[in-house]
Amino acid sequence: MTPLLQVENIAKFYGARIGCTDVSFDLYPGEVMGIVGESGSGKSTLLNCLAGHLTPDDGSVQFDTRAEGLRDTITMSEPERRMLSRTDWAFVHQHARDGLRMNVSAGGNVGERLMAINARHYGDIRGSAIDWLGRVEISEDRIDDRPTAFSGGMQQRLQIARNLVTGPRLVFMDEPTGGLDVSVQARLLDLLRGLVREMNLSAIIVTHDLAVVRLLADRLMVMKDGHVIETGLTDQVLDDPQHAYTQLLVSSVLQV
Amino acid sequence: MISIENVSKSFVLHNQGATEIPVMQNASLTVAVGECVALVGASGAGKSTLMRMIYGNYLTVTGRILVGDVDVAAAAPREIIHLRRHTLGYVSQFLRVVPRVSTLDVVAEPLLATGTPREDANIIAQSLLARLNIPERLWSLSPTTFSGGEQQRVNIARGFAYPYPALLLDEPTASLDPANCATVLAMISEAKLRGAAIIGIFHDNAAREEICDRQLDVTKYTLGLAA
Ligand SMILES: Nc1ncnc2c1ncn2[C@@H]1O[C@H](COP(=O)(O)OP(=O)(O)OP(=O)(O)O)[C@@H](O)[C@H]1O
Ligand SMILES: Nc1ncnc2c1ncn2[C@@H]1O[C@H](COP(=O)(O)OP(=O)(O)OP(=O)(O)O)[C@@H](O)[C@H]1O
Ligand SMILES: [Mg+2]
Ligand SMILES: [Mg+2]
Repeated sequence: MTPLLQVENIAKFYGARIGCTDVSFDLYPGEVMGIVGESGSGKSTLLNCLAGHLTPDDGSVQFDTRAEGLRDTITMSEPERRMLSRTDWAFVHQHARDGLRMNVSAGGNVGERLMAINARHYGDIRGSAIDWLGRVEISEDRIDDRPTAFSGGMQQRLQIARNLVTGPRLVFMDEPTGGLDVSVQARLLDLLRGLVREMNLSAIIVTHDLAVVRLLADRLMVMKDGHVIETGLTDQVLDDPQHAYTQLLVSSVLQV
Repeated sequence: MISIENVSKSFVLHNQGATEIPVMQNASLTVAVGECVALVGASGAGKSTLMRMIYGNYLTVTGRILVGDVDVAAAAPREIIHLRRHTLGYVSQFLRVVPRVSTLDVVAEPLLATGTPREDANIIAQSLLARLNIPERLWSLSPTTFSGGEQQRVNIARGFAYPYPALLLDEPTASLDPANCATVLAMISEAKLRGAAIIGIFHDNAAREEICDRQLDVTKYTLGLAA
């Protein structure tokens, strides 16, 4: 099997400060990888390098494209990368407002992604939008409302619908459940679990919530000061952490 | 089916003065197809630890743990995930519940994950829940609020839904009444008959005698370690 994503020696510096460095891993189709670590450890920097939002200073990110197999997304042209981010990739932001168009209706937010990949038939687009709103448990009669009229949890579900409607193969998520109530989080996690399985998605999820990775991620990467300090099967890293920092991280939460 | 060779384990507590807790040294064990082997030894002897190492839940640094043809001690995470999905089942002592997922789905999940159609998976899950006396009105609810014994039976139903060639059972009968205990023992012997290699931990002597072909006292791998 070819990995969907092959990351080698990614490094990003902000002047003299390390964003992240020496990061390498493979991600296979259907795999979900969690990235945990304290604030400032480089999680978002890494995710943004992988998703093409930041240009790393070193390393390569090979993505298994549908047409040409493995391609380095860092060196490919900007239009090619933009096309990938509209079709094969999805990016779920921590703050729904960063991933939604707040002055466009819920239906428009979902439909827009389809139009960006050349869907033209109004009825089909509206039909897909309704289908996806339903999947993320937003009722059809809210389709013409703007996201500003939605609760935080609903906005986050709308962002997920907007991202997944194009049938991506790889989803990047930066703290997708951050800032939500625990009960709302549980519902969102359950939704994400179902979608990941049904669509055989690969995903990379950044979070500092160990319960979230326990539920969603097959594999875990622990970061500190821009470095990856421990990796492994999620339950193994959480139940038998090897590194001092990981032990501290795991023992600092009550129960996961 | 399962072959453990010279496995050692110690925990290093880095944040408590780097205390090293040696748990076992050079443990070896083989379990053949259709065989059930009991792990015995006092509380804290390392029974659950060895079982978790076989499942890949605890890291194994020295020795080999072969389940089928996969060496758990050396396998990549995705190989272990594949092994757990298709070959190696584990009934842990406590059910780890996913919020909002119904009991029926919890039990059907291992079948769905291996490609069983939804309808067939539901039928199997329902018959297991019925057999383990989980009242039908509870099937659509999340097991989060169930009693300890009910959760344990849901856990067992889940562990037996898919016919794994190898099974690890950590105290599967611990919080069960005699009738349910007998059902679980019957399920274990059926699994043996279809060829499953089983490793079990049973506090109940009678249950262990009834179902296990042999026993391994893990204390013999821990003697002299704890100073
Ligand atoms: N645009 C920037 N300019 C300068 N330094 C930055 C910039 N973005 C991030 N950094 C620094 O890079 C390091 C990694 O930051 P990053 O945002 O990746 O951390 P994080 O792990 O996502 O943290 P959090 O959990 O708080 O979101 C930090 O030291 C941060 O201050
Ligand atoms: N994750 C861990 N970190 C540190 N020490 C551990 C960990 N897991 C187990 N141990 C230690 O390993 C030793 C063996 O524990 P284990 O749970 O395997 O015992 P057991 O034989 O299953 O006992 P019981 O019959 O009470 O369940 C104990 O000293 C325990 O404290
Ligand atoms: Mg961040
Ligand atoms: Mg135990």
